[in-house]
Parts: sequence; structure tokens; C-alpha cells
Amino acid sequence: MNTLLNKKKEPIDKLAAASGRSLGGEALRRMLRSPVAITGGAITGLFLLLAIFAPLLAPKDPLDRTLQDQVQLGRGIIPGSMPGYPLGVDDFGRDFLSRLIVGAQQTLLVGVLATVIGVLIGVLIGGIAGAFGGWVDTVLMRLVDVMLSFPSLLLAISIAALFANPSQWTVILAVSMVGVPIFARLLRGSMLVQRDADHVLAATSLGVKRGAIVFRHMLPNSLGPVIVQATLTLATSILEAAALSFLGLGDPDPSRAEWGLMLGKASRQFLDIRPELAYYPAIAIIIVALGFTLLGESLREALDPKNRR
Amino acid sequence: MFRFLVRRLLQAIPTLFILSILIFAWLRSLPGGPAAALLGDKATPEKIANLNHVLGLDQPIILQYFGFLGRAFTGDFGNSLVSTQPVMGEIITFLPATIELGLSAMIIAIVVGIPAGYLSARFRGGPVDNLVIVLSLIGVAVPVFFLGYMMQDLLASPLGLPSQGRQAAGLDATAITNFAILDGIMTGEWDAVWDAIKHLILPAFALATIPLAVITRITRASVLDVLNEDFVRTANSKGLTQQVVRTRHVLRNGLLPVVTTIGLQTGALLGGAVLTERVFNFRGLGFLLAEGIERRDYPRLQALLLFGAVVYVLVNMLVDVSYGIIDPRVRVR
Repeated sequence: MNTLLNKKKEPIDKLAAASGRSLGGEALRRMLRSPVAITGGAITGLFLLLAIFAPLLAPKDPLDRTLQDQVQLGRGIIPGSMPGYPLGVDDFGRDFLSRLIVGAQQTLLVGVLATVIGVLIGVLIGGIAGAFGGWVDTVLMRLVDVMLSFPSLLLAISIAALFANPSQWTVILAVSMVGVPIFARLLRGSMLVQRDADHVLAATSLGVKRGAIVFRHMLPNSLGPVIVQATLTLATSILEAAALSFLGLGDPDPSRAEWGLMLGKASRQFLDIRPELAYYPAIAIIIVALGFTLLGESLREALDPKNRR
Repeated sequence: MFRFLVRRLLQAIPTLFILSILIFAWLRSLPGGPAAALLGDKATPEKIANLNHVLGLDQPIILQYFGFLGRAFTGDFGNSLVSTQPVMGEIITFLPATIELGLSAMIIAIVVGIPAGYLSARFRGGPVDNLVIVLSLIGVAVPVFFLGYMMQDLLASPLGLPSQGRQAAGLDATAITNFAILDGIMTGEWDAVWDAIKHLILPAFALATIPLAVITRITRASVLDVLNEDFVRTANSKGLTQQVVRTRHVLRNGLLPVVTTIGLQTGALLGGAVLTERVFNFRGLGFLLAEGIERRDYPRLQALLLFGAVVYVLVNMLVDVSYGIIDPRVRVR
């Protein structure tokens, strides 16, 4: 008797549970079951911890040039692994392991700032276009189309080349602009869908003010794709910053430790002397880019209403 | 069909128009002003004033813009600071190399990516699928220029492939069109054809990784979508053979989004070519651009950036048109 009741109750409970959950909670639940999401989350989490605690974790001062006299670039000598310096030193005789660890912080900074600036400007443009529609939409979207009509690396190059003195900030700005048109289009697209949604119609007919409709009803419901794209953009931003450094548009300050910068410089100058100086930051970049990509892809899958069960 | 073509052509005009304004503004916001940027190290106050006059920079800004537009239409972008040759001439000389490289990379990406994506979708969740997904994710996470160096380092000598340039030293191939392979075929210099192909292999594979990963993933997603469509179920229940359903129903519809992706990926190819050509010293437009950045050669940069954007817009227009040919539903909209 008892079991029969349970059997009848089970599907109903399931249904109630499913319909009672928010999309966010549902997505989180689904991500916790997906190995892709867990791998991506683990990589991202470790990277964040490394970046935050970098100054404490670095065994040596990343700016200390004690071993500079052992480096003889003219004769192609950069000392490799030795006691106390497991990964050897760089061209200024600084401990490479410490620079890699500290580099995590700078790399995260470049990736996050470039993405955040791109999201803010993109969301502003896309939000205005989607909220107002009409000619505002047409004008803004034309502009966005033109930005999209530049291949992304060329867009970054054209902005970075505008500055006489490249710095970390010009790199961040250039990379962030690549994301702007993408975020603008994404947000505008989902805002347009929201404009015609029933709950917006309901709010409008209840006399809710336009501003409140945009900020409380349309925007929160449109941000899903933007968040997914932002996670993926974290990966591409780091890669693009590395490409700019490689092309000579990176920060010329030799004390700066950032993976893209280290990879770009080592690829250009020290590949035949000590290729490891390129391999280590490259591997770090690949792992972190992979982590953000896995996280973004699984987030996209989890937030997709088609996958709701 | 003709009306569709004309309409699509007209749609590109406003984009190109705004593009020209942006490039014009770009040139004007260069460090030290356009004249100083264009003259580079040789800039003296007299020369700057002189160039300002020649470029019409002492005229009202509207007139300046139309002057720029006129010169752009006639292909006059001034002389390169590095080579002192007209920039347009450089572009024409180096373009064939980039077309050769880009086309080879795209062919590799399509020939490998579409079957890989299709098989991945067909055996969803199986080992093939997992392998393809992992590889395609790694493919987008590896910096292209680093991959290029790795290939030079690890693959060039075991495979006996050259890792630098477009032509072996000492090989005196006749240049007619500057398309190395085509020239070799036209003149019957078969050793030159083989040499050109060997020089293409490593850079083409390095460059192909970006579009390859994307094409694979789009093919997989799109085939999965189509597999769930009603018309596939209908075709199956009509008793059509698997062979027919797969090629006529699934593949044909599944490839539609892939066509658009291929157009969009030309942009990634143009950007990637800058990095790949620099790594392999493959003297094409990307190499010109990389060299232009290092030497702050603004006349060259300006022309190449505009050229890249225009090519990208035109390629995507062509893709849209071909889409209209493949899928009649698009034309009606």
C-alpha cells in the first residue's frame, strides 16, 4: 500500500520539483552533474586561487635580478633548471617559476578587465538599441555591424596601433573592443524577444514605467547569453592579448610578468636559446583558456531551456 | 535571384561607407597627427607642413574626407615607410601568397572539419564524439603563433618540410601571377610546384586549426538539430535507406549553417594569417602587416586594415548570396 502510494507520488513530486525550480538553480544542478562543467570549474577555480595568492606563493621575488650575470644573450646562454630555480631564469636572470606564478595575476587582470569593459560598452549599446528600437536601434546596429566587419584581430591591432606608447592599458582597451559588437548584438537580440514577451506586456498594461520595465523585467531576462559569451570571451581575450604582445603591440615594461607577454617575447627572441621560456607560459595559457571555454560551453548548455528536464 | 543579389549588394554599401569614415578617423587620430605618422622618422616641421598641404589637411574636414575617399578609390594610399614603394603595389604583389595560404587552410578545415563534425553527431556520446569535442576545444585554446613555432620545432625536420618562406633558396622559379603553384603549372616547372606545396603545408595546417575547430563544432551541432527534425523521421518511416536519408536529408540541411560559418571564419583566417605568416616568414599580406606594426608603417597599416575589412565584407556578401542559391527559403524573406 505504502509503496503504491509512493509510486504514484513520485512523478508528481518530480514534476513539482522541476517546475518549482528557477532556471538558475536548474542550470546549477545540471552543471554539477556534468564532467565538462566540473573540469572547467576546477581549472578556473585553481587559476583564480593562484592569481589571488600569487604574491604569497611565489618562492622568490619575481623582480630579483641576482643571476643576471649568468645570462649571456650574445652567446645564447640563459641558465636552465638549477637548485632553488626549478624552471631556470629568464633573460634578466629572474626566477621563472615565480614570474609564472605572479603572471597568473596579471593575466587574470588583462582577461577580466578586457572582458568587463567589452561587456559594459556592449551592454550599453545593445541595451539602448533593444530598449528603444526604431531609428536608435538602426543607427547603433549599423555601427556595430561595421565593428563586426573587421576581423577581430585586425580590430584589436588597429586600436592598439593608435597609441604611440603601448602599455598594458592599450592592450586591454584594444582587446575589449573586439567583444563590444558581439555583446551588443547578443543583448539587443534577446531584448527584442523580451519586448514582445507576455510578462512585459503585462507590466506595460499595469502602468509600470518604461525605465522599470527595461531594468527590472527586460534586462535581467536577457543577460543569460551575455554571461555565457563573457565566460568564453575571457579565454579569447587572454589569447588575443598574447597575439598583440607577439606582434610587438604589448606592454614594453620588462618588469611586467603576464603570460601573453612572456610567451610573445620568448617566441620572438629566445626560441632557439631556451624554448622552455615560451613553452611554460603557452601551456599555462592553453590550460586557462581551455578552463574558461569548458565553463562557458557547459554554462550555455545548462542555460539552454531546450535541455530542461 | 537577380533581385536578391542586387539587394544584398546594396546592403553592403552603408557598411562600407561607415567603414571608410572610421578608417579616415583612425588616420586622423594617429599619434602626432596623420602627417607625422605617415612620414615616420623622416618628419621635419617643413615636411609635415608640406605633406599637410599635399594631403589637403589644411582644408575643411569634409573636403579632406572626400579627398581621402577619392584617393582610396584610385588605390592611392601613399608609399610604405619601410620599402618606400607604393602601398597598393605591395598589396597586389603579396596578395597571391595570402590567398594561397588562406585557401589551403580553409580547404583543410572543410575537408577535415565537416566529416569530423558529422561523425561526431552520428555517434553522439561515443568515443569518437568525445575525442572530436576535446580536440576542437583544445584547438581554440592554443595560440596560433605558438602552434606555428611548435610545428617548426617538432615537425619540420622529421617530415622534411621547409619551415621558412615561400620558396627554397636557389630555386629560380618564374613568377607570372605570383601564385606560386599556378605559376609552376603554367610554366611547366614541376619542381617549383612541389616546392611551393611543401612550403605551404606547415603554415596552412597551423592556420587551419582555428576554422577547423569552429567548423567541426557547428557541423556537429547543426547535424544534431537536423536529426531531430520531423522530415528526417518521415523519411525514415517512408522506408528510405539510411544512405539516402543521411546524404539527402540530414547532410544537406545540416550543412546550411556551416556555409555561414565558413564566411565568418575568413575573418579569423585574415587575423590568423598575420600571426602565421610572421612565424613562417611567409611573405604575404599578413607578413606585410606584422612588419608594418613593428616599424610603425602607418600608410601600409591603413591600407591593409581597410583592405582586410573590405575583403571580409565582400566574402560574407558572397556567402549570403551562395546561401540564397543553396537554400531557396532565404531568398523569399
